[in-house]
Amino acid sequence: MSHGAIDTLRLSAEEAGALLERRELGPGELFASYRAAIAERDPELHAFLTLVEEPVGDGVPIALKDIISTRGIRTTAGSRMLENYVPVFDATVAARCKALGMSVLGKTNTDEFAMGSSTENSAYGPTRNPWDPTRVPGGSGGGSAAAVSAGLAPWALGSDTGGSVKLPSAFCGNVGLRPTYGTVSRYGIVAFASSLDQVGPVTRTVRDNALLYRIISGRDVDDSTTVEVPAVELPTADQLRGMRVGVPRQLNEVEGIEAGVKHAVDAAIALAGGLGAEIDTCELPLSVDFGLACYYLIAPSEASSNLARYDGVRYGHRSDGSDFNEMVMRTRRDGFGDEVKRRIMLGTYALSAGYYDAFYGNAQKVRTLIKREHDALFERFDVLVSPTCATTAFPLGAKAQDPLAMYLTDVLTIPSNMAGLPSLSIPCGLADGLPVGLQLIGPQFSENRLFRVAHALELALGFDPVPGRLR
Amino acid sequence: MAITREEVLRVARLARLELDDGELARFQEQLSAILAAVSKVSELDLTDVPATSHPLEIANAWAEDEIRPSLGLEDTLANAPDRDGDYFRTPPA
Repeated sequence: MSHGAIDTLRLSAEEAGALLERRELGPGELFASYRAAIAERDPELHAFLTLVEEPVGDGVPIALKDIISTRGIRTTAGSRMLENYVPVFDATVAARCKALGMSVLGKTNTDEFAMGSSTENSAYGPTRNPWDPTRVPGGSGGGSAAAVSAGLAPWALGSDTGGSVKLPSAFCGNVGLRPTYGTVSRYGIVAFASSLDQVGPVTRTVRDNALLYRIISGRDVDDSTTVEVPAVELPTADQLRGMRVGVPRQLNEVEGIEAGVKHAVDAAIALAGGLGAEIDTCELPLSVDFGLACYYLIAPSEASSNLARYDGVRYGHRSDGSDFNEMVMRTRRDGFGDEVKRRIMLGTYALSAGYYDAFYGNAQKVRTLIKREHDALFERFDVLVSPTCATTAFPLGAKAQDPLAMYLTDVLTIPSNMAGLPSLSIPCGLADGLPVGLQLIGPQFSENRLFRVAHALELALGFDPVPGRLR
Repeated sequence: MAITREEVLRVARLARLELDDGELARFQEQLSAILAAVSKVSELDLTDVPATSHPLEIANAWAEDEIRPSLGLEDTLANAPDRDGDYFRTPPA
């Protein structure tokens, strides 16, 4: 039983905003209602790493992945390295939310430096899936997804490099957007792989997602990779007449796909046909076969460079050492966890003399082929659809000892990320009581189209985003 | 493709990571498996394929040449593990 002014479990951010606007509820009461839900359910879920006691704005509150710098609020990136790090400035996305009166409820759990697919790589312990606490919420942004799913926050921000918004959204029954590369500022985001990292909204509804994307997107002078973004439209249509939907065979028939996932996704695609969309199968032969290899060279290489900054000098953890070099080597030994070390080593190797051309160089060329393969399909199709993941949420510990098995979790989210394309995961049904994610992929800057398709499907599917055990 | 213990040590030194013997053995095995999997990128004919370093075609991102406030000294040093007045302090090189 929640002791807040209202029950947050079924409240969308749009509805919460309407309550505030009609003055049926004060911003303090709304904030307190989410705090009550957190007090009740987060001891089990562990979605939050740091909580904020008091609201600072008069708008709808938000949870932020702990990879997003927040002035005066500890930002750990899920790492011991930043256990006591308190940013002295706000990330642009945090500043834009605050400027609209949105109070930060807290910072959500993540795999260390956003490297992982289950949130089990967090130095502060895993987050649990609200649908089944013996299972992972997905990663890396499992905290944001679990928080939204369990009504601990009306909406949240995550970051997506290989699938860290889409995968947890799929596992927890949320709507998660990975925006077109360059549409959302990374200023103040703890960097992982700079040619891939994007911040994206995690929400209960498609309209909430569009609302939040509208707030965070657009050119930022502090991030020179950002561009002007087309005006974001809130979707209203319930029909898909004339929409050309491609079903890439290699994504939809990927090895290891669970029968329940296949069934739910096929049913959603058939439903799209019923709403007037033209459905046809198509091929992405290279992207699935080579995407994972390409990603696990490019992302660790960029990470090895980005994480060189953690040297115990300016901020973050420092271990003792008799000279400078020993101090740095011990700082990184003690501050980084296993998966982060593994990726730094992999990236350092791939970039080192004698290996650069065969690994990083070739991966960048394969990336070109993956991009071309997608571009060609968008001459025939408006959107592509597939499962977000071949499986539903897996049990805690199931893949923790096998890095390669964990990497495979992202095989369906990675290809479109490599191509810089926007993609959206929406819940399309349940398999054995666990949510199944449908991935919609569009050409660059087609977020409005993805929202339109997703909204029509959302209305037709009637998925209940409240975890069964919390209803 | 197998990577030797010496190569793991070399990479760890390049990456400024002190590893213990257990980590060395574990990373040698895991990195060998991962490298075998990612070596797949060399199976394709990549002649005349340009590299993509960045998925957007943007060049010359201009910003107004204007003076904006930067972090002050206290903010800059606020998270320093050790400081000496207005300087970051480290062990001797």
